[in-house]
Amino acid sequence: MSDTAAVEHTVEPAETPLTPESWGKTGMWLFLSGDAMSFGTLLAGYAILRANSDNWPNPSQTLGISLTAFMTFLLICSSLTMVKALEAIKSGDKDKFKNFMLMTIAGGVIFLSLQAYEWNHLINGANLGLSENPYGDPLFGTTFFMITGFHGMHVTGGVILLTWTLVSGRKKDNLPDCYNMAENVGLYWHFVDLVWILVFTFLYLL
Amino acid sequence: MSDSATATVGHDHHEASFISTYVFSTDHKMIAKQFFWFALVMMILGGGLALMFRWQLAWPETSVWGFGWLSDENEFMPTGIIGPDIYNMMITMHATIMVFFVIMPMFSGAFSNFLIPLMIGARDMAFPFLNMLSFWVAALAGVIMLAGFFVEGGHAAAGWTAYAPLSIKEEFTGVGAGQTLWALSIFVLTISGLMGSVNYITTVINMRTKGMTWFRMPTTVWALFVVAILSLLALPILGAAGVLLIFDRVFETAFFDPQKGGQPLLWQHLFWYFGHPEVYILILPAMGVTSDILSVFSRKPIFGYRAMVYAIIAIAFIGWAVWGHHMFQSGMNPRLGQAFMTTTMLIAIPSAIKTFNWLGTLWKGSIQFTVPMLHALAFVSMFVIGGLSGIFMASNTVDIFIHDTYFIVAHIHYVLFGGSIFGLFAGVTFWFPKMFGRMMNDSLGRVHFWITFIGFNIIFFPMHILGIGGHMRRIYNPMQYDFLKDFEPFNVAITLGALMLGMGQIIFAMNIFGSLWKLNFNWFRTAARVVSSYLSAFIAYKFVAFYLEGLTNPTPASFGGRMFAGIIGLAVFVWIYRYLSKKMGEIGETAPQNPWKANTLEWVAPVIPPHGNFGPTLPVVHRGPYEYSLPGEEDDWAPQTKPLSEEAASASH
Repeated sequence: MSDTAAVEHTVEPAETPLTPESWGKTGMWLFLSGDAMSFGTLLAGYAILRANSDNWPNPSQTLGISLTAFMTFLLICSSLTMVKALEAIKSGDKDKFKNFMLMTIAGGVIFLSLQAYEWNHLINGANLGLSENPYGDPLFGTTFFMITGFHGMHVTGGVILLTWTLVSGRKKDNLPDCYNMAENVGLYWHFVDLVWILVFTFLYLL
Repeated sequence: MSDSATATVGHDHHEASFISTYVFSTDHKMIAKQFFWFALVMMILGGGLALMFRWQLAWPETSVWGFGWLSDENEFMPTGIIGPDIYNMMITMHATIMVFFVIMPMFSGAFSNFLIPLMIGARDMAFPFLNMLSFWVAALAGVIMLAGFFVEGGHAAAGWTAYAPLSIKEEFTGVGAGQTLWALSIFVLTISGLMGSVNYITTVINMRTKGMTWFRMPTTVWALFVVAILSLLALPILGAAGVLLIFDRVFETAFFDPQKGGQPLLWQHLFWYFGHPEVYILILPAMGVTSDILSVFSRKPIFGYRAMVYAIIAIAFIGWAVWGHHMFQSGMNPRLGQAFMTTTMLIAIPSAIKTFNWLGTLWKGSIQFTVPMLHALAFVSMFVIGGLSGIFMASNTVDIFIHDTYFIVAHIHYVLFGGSIFGLFAGVTFWFPKMFGRMMNDSLGRVHFWITFIGFNIIFFPMHILGIGGHMRRIYNPMQYDFLKDFEPFNVAITLGALMLGMGQIIFAMNIFGSLWKLNFNWFRTAARVVSSYLSAFIAYKFVAFYLEGLTNPTPASFGGRMFAGIIGLAVFVWIYRYLSKKMGEIGETAPQNPWKANTLEWVAPVIPPHGNFGPTLPVVHRGPYEYSLPGEEDDWAPQTKPLSEEAASASH
């Protein structure tokens, strides 16, 4: 959306808009509800396949939990730093904004690196393949790579969006101007975090 | 803002290049037109496929008319004969194209884009760039889908529902990359739909002009809004399922492969959990359009406006709990079947509310039988037939007998053709003046309507009888079965009806292009008259000739029969030709600002709305969309922008 168009739209009178501050906020919530349906589909499919399988491996033994628990913790922390970054935008504190955004981005990057390490370990070290594995039902590996991979793509997208927010926030003379954008990216980031908690619970813990 | 009554594209008032005006435009009206032409071109393909496989069903394993010149080494149709594999491909692609590339782009692409901002008084969509992207992603999906025709092994042939395990292995259907491209195209299309629906919902929620409260929105906008919510939530399910299908085909995973511990039923659940909301994505916009058009041409407020809106919401809501009725024969626990039967029958309640309110709207109205009104009336009557046959199959005991027969085919076409496509024709003929600034020709529109309406019923009504008689769906050659041999005349009549329906659309195309380009020349007027009369006469000749031969002989030979049919055909020719000579007005007449004297906001905008739609200030809405024939008013219509009179205003405070 071009900036002029956005201004043109926001200044004109409208009947009871839900998010008068920006259309993007409504749009982001809507996108997230649609995206939740795609994750829901994958997780429901996982549940049905696993419930009907008689040789599903024990995930906590096969996959290991400690590393993933740390990754989960990391992602939750990065959600927290995102909130702190938003706070910094409100108060107009550019340094604080930069630091908290960098911490959030770092959380995402480290998460992705650890996931790459974990995948590498499982594929090459533990012989867990996409369509077959030595532990039991071949769908165990399929669903694992499919769902964590789909989530990892979301994290990658999130890191790009966060970097973009940081760069455009740094360029702004008046930092609060980028509040809407940062808030929308923040919504997305929290969503990715929330989904990971579900993925962690269903794929690793249960 | 002056009315730009000339043919120039009105929104092009600030300097813009050809590319940014016509190709990568972010203007909602241009994107709507892109979706419009996309859907119409795809409709030719989808309809053409139907005509070809109808030939096979009427005169099995003979050369399709017009394809006899193909050599016997032709890959697809040796000597013009459709083989069983190609037949499966054709039925699959007919349904896929009609559902995903005609009705969806037309309603959720063209109509949503064109009408939502204009009807709620907004300057454009909330996210114009995303809107542009949504069209080009849909176009990419179309290209991927079309590419499937040209790969080794042909296009997808597992039915439009792509049931697993049929769809997951090459050895089951002989289809290789075609089925994978099919799934990929559907996946890409869901992304386009997601972008579109986020846009439509945000626009309706945030950008209604002053005074346009929720319950002053026209039912068309309500329907398109609710459909956008359905698309937003349903399309990601199909997208995810499509990815699983691609993985099964490409990476040999086992989601749907029972041999490796997968669950073929999972595909059916995912597909129909998307698929049932999908059928409402296809029909609800037609319902909204019809409600508007019935009200305009009855010159009456719509009967029970709020009930109509709540019925749309109720249909959309209950639509999420009925998917199992597609799977009664898939080995479902009978108790669960009972639950799905109950929820399915519940949908009949809001549907009946809508039907009775349509009748209530017509009751004692000053009905004007314009072309959009004819299509809207056809929608109501055909939708009733389709709805009633739906109740048959909702009952799971009855469904045991009619499942996978032509009864199902009859039902789906009564709701999707009789419903959605008549709604589509109604909408196109109604809003054509707003889209292109010209009226469509009335008398050509009438000839097209009657050919379509009669042809439609000749095709699909007998299918109920075929289905009850046990004629299976998706069979290649019904003549192989003794118990189906008696149905041969039905199949021939249906194919003749299909020919009639297909030829009728030539008149529609002539009307669209003639009106669009103002081809009001003598040669074109004569051509339109001759083509319309000739097509009608040809169809009448064929029907009479085949009827006289008992509808079974592929080439009616008797001289007397041909003479008799020829006389009837000649009479029809003279009749239609004289009708068109007398009644055909100007072709491509310049549209006035509000040709139908309708109340809604799009008619307040200039004839061809410029970029930004409404000039310097947005209109302010003072009343509901259906205030026709108000007592004590001089005009029988009151635009939504007309302020309330002093007394009414003070009384309401």
